[in-house]
Amino acid sequence: MPAVSKGDGMRGLAVFISDIRNCKSKEAEIKRINKELANIRSKFKGDKALDGYSKKKYVCKLLFIFLLGHDIDFGHMEAVNLLSSNKYTEKQIGYLFISVLVNSNSELIRLINNAIKNDLASRNPTFMGLALHCIASVGSREMAEAFAGEIPKVLVAGDTMDSVKQSAALCLLRLYRTSPDLVPMGDWTSRVVHLLNDQHLGVVTAATSLITTLAQKNPEEFKTSVSLAVSRLSRIVTSASTDLQDYTYYFVPAPWLSVKLLRLLQCYPPPDPAVRGRLTECLETILNKAQEPPKSKKVQHSNAKNAVLFEAISLIIHHDSEPNLLVRACNQLGQFLQHRETNLRYLALESMCTLASSEFSHEAVKTHIDTVINALKTERDVSVRQRAADLLYAMCDRSNAKQIVSEMLRYLETADYAIREEIVLKVAILAEKYAVDYSWYVDTILNLIRIAGDYVSEEVWYRVLQIVTNRDDVQGYAAKTVFEALQAPACHENMVKVGGYILGEFGNLIAGDPRSSPPVQFSLLHSKFHLCSVATRALLLSTYIKFINLFPETKATIQAVLRAGSQLRNADVELQQRAVEYLTLSSVASTDVLATVLEEMPPFPERESSILAKLKRKKGPGAGSALDDGRRDPSSNDINGGVEPTPSTVSTPSPSADLLGLRAAPPPAAPPASAGAGNLLVDVFDGPAAQPSLGPTPEEAFLSELEPPAPESPMALLADPAPAADPGPEDIGPPIPEADELLNKFVCKNNGVLFENQLLQIGVKSEFRQNLGRMYLFYGNKTSVQFQNFSPTVVHPGDLQTQLAVQTKRVAAQVDGGAQVQQVLNIECLRDFLTPPLLSVRFRYGGTPQALTLKLPVTINKFFQPTEMAAQDFFQRWKQLSLPQQEAQKIFKANHPMDAEVTKAKLLGFGSALLDNVDPNPENFVGAGIIQTKALQVGCLLRLEPNAQAQMYRLTLRTSKEPVSRHLCELLAQQF
Amino acid sequence: MSLGNIRQGKLRLQKWYLATSDKERKKMVRELMQVVLARKPKMCSFLEWRDLKVVYKRYASLYFCCAIEGQDNELITLELIHRYVELLDKYFGSVCELDIIFNFEKAYFILDEFLMGGDVQDTSKKSVLKAIEQADLLQEEDESPRSVLEEMGLA
Repeated sequence: MPAVSKGDGMRGLAVFISDIRNCKSKEAEIKRINKELANIRSKFKGDKALDGYSKKKYVCKLLFIFLLGHDIDFGHMEAVNLLSSNKYTEKQIGYLFISVLVNSNSELIRLINNAIKNDLASRNPTFMGLALHCIASVGSREMAEAFAGEIPKVLVAGDTMDSVKQSAALCLLRLYRTSPDLVPMGDWTSRVVHLLNDQHLGVVTAATSLITTLAQKNPEEFKTSVSLAVSRLSRIVTSASTDLQDYTYYFVPAPWLSVKLLRLLQCYPPPDPAVRGRLTECLETILNKAQEPPKSKKVQHSNAKNAVLFEAISLIIHHDSEPNLLVRACNQLGQFLQHRETNLRYLALESMCTLASSEFSHEAVKTHIDTVINALKTERDVSVRQRAADLLYAMCDRSNAKQIVSEMLRYLETADYAIREEIVLKVAILAEKYAVDYSWYVDTILNLIRIAGDYVSEEVWYRVLQIVTNRDDVQGYAAKTVFEALQAPACHENMVKVGGYILGEFGNLIAGDPRSSPPVQFSLLHSKFHLCSVATRALLLSTYIKFINLFPETKATIQAVLRAGSQLRNADVELQQRAVEYLTLSSVASTDVLATVLEEMPPFPERESSILAKLKRKKGPGAGSALDDGRRDPSSNDINGGVEPTPSTVSTPSPSADLLGLRAAPPPAAPPASAGAGNLLVDVFDGPAAQPSLGPTPEEAFLSELEPPAPESPMALLADPAPAADPGPEDIGPPIPEADELLNKFVCKNNGVLFENQLLQIGVKSEFRQNLGRMYLFYGNKTSVQFQNFSPTVVHPGDLQTQLAVQTKRVAAQVDGGAQVQQVLNIECLRDFLTPPLLSVRFRYGGTPQALTLKLPVTINKFFQPTEMAAQDFFQRWKQLSLPQQEAQKIFKANHPMDAEVTKAKLLGFGSALLDNVDPNPENFVGAGIIQTKALQVGCLLRLEPNAQAQMYRLTLRTSKEPVSRHLCELLAQQF
Repeated sequence: MSLGNIRQGKLRLQKWYLATSDKERKKMVRELMQVVLARKPKMCSFLEWRDLKVVYKRYASLYFCCAIEGQDNELITLELIHRYVELLDKYFGSVCELDIIFNFEKAYFILDEFLMGGDVQDTSKKSVLKAIEQADLLQEEDESPRSVLEEMGLA
């Protein structure tokens, strides 16, 4: 390869790019760009006609500016002019500008089309290639109108060069994707099919892409492609690895073409016996090759080989007709489940999911259940765990349902917030579908609410009510179980909803037991009443009126509740109306009328499980299909098809029941709490990690980003990382004066710039869970000179050693000018601590030793675990912590504007849960959490009372450990 | 399908194969960058994103990302990325990010020779590089040397 004469044509462009890269700030960059834009504008408007070269240069600069993310609103015309230039490079830049910047609906399309027409007619293959590329890039309808008729002719003409054929095939494919109606089928189609026989593998590859897409919509027209594709594939898989020359990729013959041919075959059912035998041979060969020892250790070799293998397995599953191949595929995937490459494990889980729905391979898939459960527990990548959960769902049947459901429930306790709702839906569906006895089903759903109440959507708890209502064998058990579940001091609001509804309907079934007598049931429910949202309180009011019918002895108590001012004059119109109507109903109606109106709800009519519908909405069509068709478990529909449609159950609720607002599916109220709460938690834990940039980002940092820099500077993209150097231990100086102030910035947040001076910038990114934390420190060299002997170390002053364990990874001893190095710290909190560890950074800069000591932003509150609790629990605990030394209080002036939202965010960042509806004064903030250390846990309650008038705060902390109260109080007081 | 180079929040190259508005493109790029940069080493190279699958691989400080559709083959896409990097490497001779910054138009030309409309046009390294070389030859014939003053717009 000759040395490239880089940018020789356009020195002005290179100068401009350098200028931009040298800009120290965003403002400077914008200023430079505006100057350039003004210059280009004046050149374009000037009287002097620009020559083609200048036009090209300026158009290229505009393109560069656009790619930096700025809007470009002129220059299009000049770019279009370039298209008709006779000089290749000018034409090429013109086309590049058009294909990057012009979207489908540009007014210029007609002018562009003209230029394209000329180039297509030019018979110059290079110009034709440019024109076809432009059509494929813009791909607008107007272009399709102009060229869809022309391109097939170019494609099948006898004298078209191979490279033009390739471009024409893909260009036509693009037009067909955007405007299928404009691409006419005709004589050319049979000639395109025969391109599968072409000598040139590049032509075959491009043609196969085109044929696959066309065949999906017009299978009849292209069915001759099947036998051609099979024989082509057969020739490839049996070829020696050198036969195909440059189309062999890391010893794998034509992997791209093989994948495409296998894809094409998936547009059709299994072929006729003659062809079928040959295809089966091909597939067997591919499966056999997977067992052969690799021909190369490079990952590219195994990736290419396995790409073909996975596509072959997809075809085997698509045909779903060869039990032998299906089982072999399953065994092969089983091997991959334990492969050390994460990518293969991921793909194997995904592919097995589809295998699980085939009757031939379902049993074979099931044998891997332990491996999959293990993957769910141990995979470090959430996307892999999610595939494992999908596969468990797909392989579930009556025989393993209990095991799978219990594993998924266990997983739910630690599952990532992003996928909790989906897991909840899946568990709910499996529990219903495979329930042998419904007490197991009820237990499972109540467990779901207990473990992940926030993620249990309305559909799930509506469904449990529908099922309990329709099956009288489970009603008594359900009433008993919810009654027990409600005993928990802090139970989720969804539990209160389910409990309220079920006791209102079936509380009588457990009323005989003195431990759950009517007054006990009522007072248990009513103890939750004040903590609940309006919707739940409305539901509870309906339960109460049902109690009056079920248990006449509770009438007086309940009437008193309804009569209370807080109900009759409730600000919420729904609550007020219910209170008024129920009170009147209970007073005026006779017992008989009351009994009729408040009769037990009739069974619900059969309908599709609302949960399944929701899962489908979430995952798109096809989700849950494995369970829908029930083909491998035909009996299941009889027993567990949800709610059976017997004549007696198809009645609709009586109008009177409607009046009372006890309809099965209340109209969708407020969006489920899960959405909001979920996001909040995701933000707290995951948000920071997603911030793209920390520390300085000069371009040169590329050369030595996360990998330690190699001694020779420009690190090639394909190079291997070099080993790291060893820093030596040293004594350290006292922290810099502003260390405390810097530390304070990180009390309520985990990411940001910790320190910056003329030479060095230190960025921090960290996350904490339980008593563990991981911190990434980014050291950026702001100078253009290499730092020598660079050594950051973490030091534990005093007896911090016994309180906090910090493990550091080494960093390279040299930091190139403009480069950034990263250091990872693993942190474990052993017991409570007051002083943060110190970070000492030493290096030589231009011969001068530099030393710097900072406080590492690790404070005790990082190990907070937020705790949700109800008001009464809070106050009970608050009282328990009433010893004077357990409390710390500070009254202080606001240093920042007093904004409730900001305060909330800070308190959440501090780590405690924020408890609503606890403090009688809504202006105040109340929080609770547990500090997790290895040795002990410290429960913490806090209360922050802002006084906007005086611009003051009062902060009170109560914890079970005296120094912790004081320390937290001091840390937090600095933040407002 | 789109392909871009992402480096600590800076996009070096992007190519879209579906009509998308500028605003939507920017939003997608931002979102995708966040998702990909948050990934840790050793995680798998595929992730579900919107209704697409993203296949990405990191080379030094550049992330190469492809968004593909549900049915598309992930592993072959991973190798598609690798082949493109090989092409860049061969053309520039041990390619680094600076080459791509200063010669972005070349990086585009190479990509265009390799992929078209989101599908691979030719997988042979030789064919693609031959096409680019020919174009370079045309470029040299085209251009006569220019003086520095002319270059700066002063002549």
